[in-house]
Amino acid sequence: MISALWVMVGISLLLGAVLGYSAIKFKVEGNPLVEKIDAVLPQTQCGQCGYPGCKPYAEAIAKGEADINRCPPGGEEGIRKLADLLGVEYKPFGEGAGPKAKAVAFIDENTCIGCTLCLQACPVDAIVGAAKQMHTIVASECTGCELCIAPCPVDCISMVPLPENIQTWKWPYPVYALTPAPLNQPEAESV
Amino acid sequence: MRQLYRYHGGIHPTEHKLESSELPSKSAPLPSRLILPLHQHIGNGAKVEVQVGDKVLKGQMLASAQGMISAAIHAPTSGTVAAIEPHVVAHPSALDGLCIHLVPDGEDRWMAHAPLDFHSLAKRELLDSLRAAGIVGLGGATFPTHVKYSLTPEQRIQTLVINGAECEPWITTDDRLMREHAAGIVSGIRVLQHLSEPAEVLIGIEDNKPQAIAAMREACAGSDIEVMAVPTLYPSGGEKQLIRILTGKEVPSGDRPTSIGVACSNVATAYAIHRFVDHGEPLISRQVTVTGNVRTPQNLEVLIGTPLAEIVRLAEPLPDGTGYIIGGPMMGLHVDELDAPMVKATNCIIVKSAQLFPPAPPAMPCIRCTRCAEVCPADLQPQELHWFAKARDFGKAQEYHLFDCIECGSCAYVCPSHIPLVQYYRFAKSEIWQREQELQAAEIARERHEYRLFRIEREKQEKAERLAQKEKAVQAAKPAVATPLPVAAPADADPNDTLQMRVDADIARANMQLRIDAAVARAKEQAATAQPRNTEVLTPQQQAEIAEIEARRAKIREMASHAGADDEPPKQS
Repeated sequence: MISALWVMVGISLLLGAVLGYSAIKFKVEGNPLVEKIDAVLPQTQCGQCGYPGCKPYAEAIAKGEADINRCPPGGEEGIRKLADLLGVEYKPFGEGAGPKAKAVAFIDENTCIGCTLCLQACPVDAIVGAAKQMHTIVASECTGCELCIAPCPVDCISMVPLPENIQTWKWPYPVYALTPAPLNQPEAESV
Repeated sequence: MRQLYRYHGGIHPTEHKLESSELPSKSAPLPSRLILPLHQHIGNGAKVEVQVGDKVLKGQMLASAQGMISAAIHAPTSGTVAAIEPHVVAHPSALDGLCIHLVPDGEDRWMAHAPLDFHSLAKRELLDSLRAAGIVGLGGATFPTHVKYSLTPEQRIQTLVINGAECEPWITTDDRLMREHAAGIVSGIRVLQHLSEPAEVLIGIEDNKPQAIAAMREACAGSDIEVMAVPTLYPSGGEKQLIRILTGKEVPSGDRPTSIGVACSNVATAYAIHRFVDHGEPLISRQVTVTGNVRTPQNLEVLIGTPLAEIVRLAEPLPDGTGYIIGGPMMGLHVDELDAPMVKATNCIIVKSAQLFPPAPPAMPCIRCTRCAEVCPADLQPQELHWFAKARDFGKAQEYHLFDCIECGSCAYVCPSHIPLVQYYRFAKSEIWQREQELQAAEIARERHEYRLFRIEREKQEKAERLAQKEKAVQAAKPAVATPLPVAAPADADPNDTLQMRVDADIARANMQLRIDAAVARAKEQAATAQPRNTEVLTPQQQAEIAEIEARRAKIREMASHAGADDEPPKQS
């Protein structure tokens, strides 16, 4: 009886020591959930969620401060992925907060006065320009966040929807009507 | 006799080859207009090298290869570039692609061209010249040939497989090509042999083409090239399937044949290489089968860029046509109108009729019979892939190796419920590709955003440091006057002592005055030496550039001063 108790105590001490050691040795810095949530977000850094960028929004979700339906660029699928990841219910977008068609910013270079305000607003440094020099958008890097539109004093920035071309075209979901076969259908000739 | 192997599955669709295979192939007459899409191959589209209005000669490069995976495009005949604008191309989207429009002048005048002595060239040079000659795989995928044969030193090619299987019904271009140009194909194979240095060369031809097999055997007699007759079974002409039949090796999932020491090219590609190496002609034409509901089904040698409608007219289509197929009936593109031009991938045009191609019966639900799995040549589970694609469960579809699907259509062919299975796979593939691209774009945006935050932080720090240093410099540079005026009060001073406070205030004021004076002096000094910043420190190279530009300006000014008489304004280089 006593020896059995000692064995149990010994095992518990040993396991406790192992657990304690690994808690120090394998400690994960930061919250890994934030990284996972951040990976799902579209990284437009648009701030439409009310947070200054995707990472802060991810942190807020991880802390349980923010809803998962605040990211219009991520689309419905983004919400579904977040719901999957966090094990919560899917939540539709609020009214008028749905996703928009993809677009990139365009600067009307005749109107631009070179004030650099949009340069400072761009979260991904996708605008090239200098003081009193004409600015232009690096379209390939533009995330379409629209943050540059508000600061422009001469309203020379507009959003141009991306046209569909052969490279971006996708095969449509096959849609066909399921119709009952005619009763006396002739044998279909094989080709 | 070498042993042949079998791959899983396969089907036996009605062949319909005899319609077009018995007439000798003819050259199509010069069309009224040539439309050359810039994107005729896998990879980057070509870069336009001509301008509207340019007169070009036959064989002249119109667009050059852009990046590693790309190929050039050449003028199929002499004429004038009429436009560079979007035009309908043979693509399932029915969207327009950028094309060069060429109006032939009827002279068909070649530019200077000469055969290439490929033995004297380094392999890299030979590959580059293939890239510049626009040679791509003509079996259907149009993968640039120079990329396929750009082998790293570790990659050893054991077997070179030449694909003459031509398994898809109706198509007979390779059959006619092998019968009529066997010697040319063999001389093209010599170039591929030189590039890949294989231990053996095998030509695989389906046994429903006995004349082609005989012609190739005759051309290869006494050489190290082996011509193998393979059993007729669709899709034996698939690259991975033919490699399996001839060598017994299986290309690993998601890999290229070169990873198992096999290179595979089509006979038409070998012939195109022969035209380039032995005659100096870039890829400007190819053989195409026109068949189906036409009076004279036949093979034609057609210039790339010829409007497809003009090609079909040569075979005299019958009045009860119900549409067209560009490519074969199993994998080709069904269209109602033939507005698109011929591209390097076009090997067949079929005119449909209600009899030959009855409309597909209505699709019905999957009954899980797994007949598709029995015929799948890639050894996949098509029914599972169909369910996953239908449910948009793309992760699962990828787990079931969706990307090993070669879209041969065997599963849809045998499906008793007539489900358009391949459409589901294509839908799933393009969705996955798009997601992949979006993920990459998000990754780049994240990096850029994080770098921006880092940059702003760094700039803030640098600014603070600069200020601190300035402060220090001011303190250090201050003349002796500044030092006898310490701001700090003596430690033992009574803080309530008004006199002490007044003295402190005086000292502070004096210090401020000193600083203001120094700032004014500095500003004056700066104003005196003010100059545009970016011209202050110049490297000798930049100075030389400036001098050169100034000289050019002077020259232009001089020319402009006594222009008037000159007929043309000076051209700036």
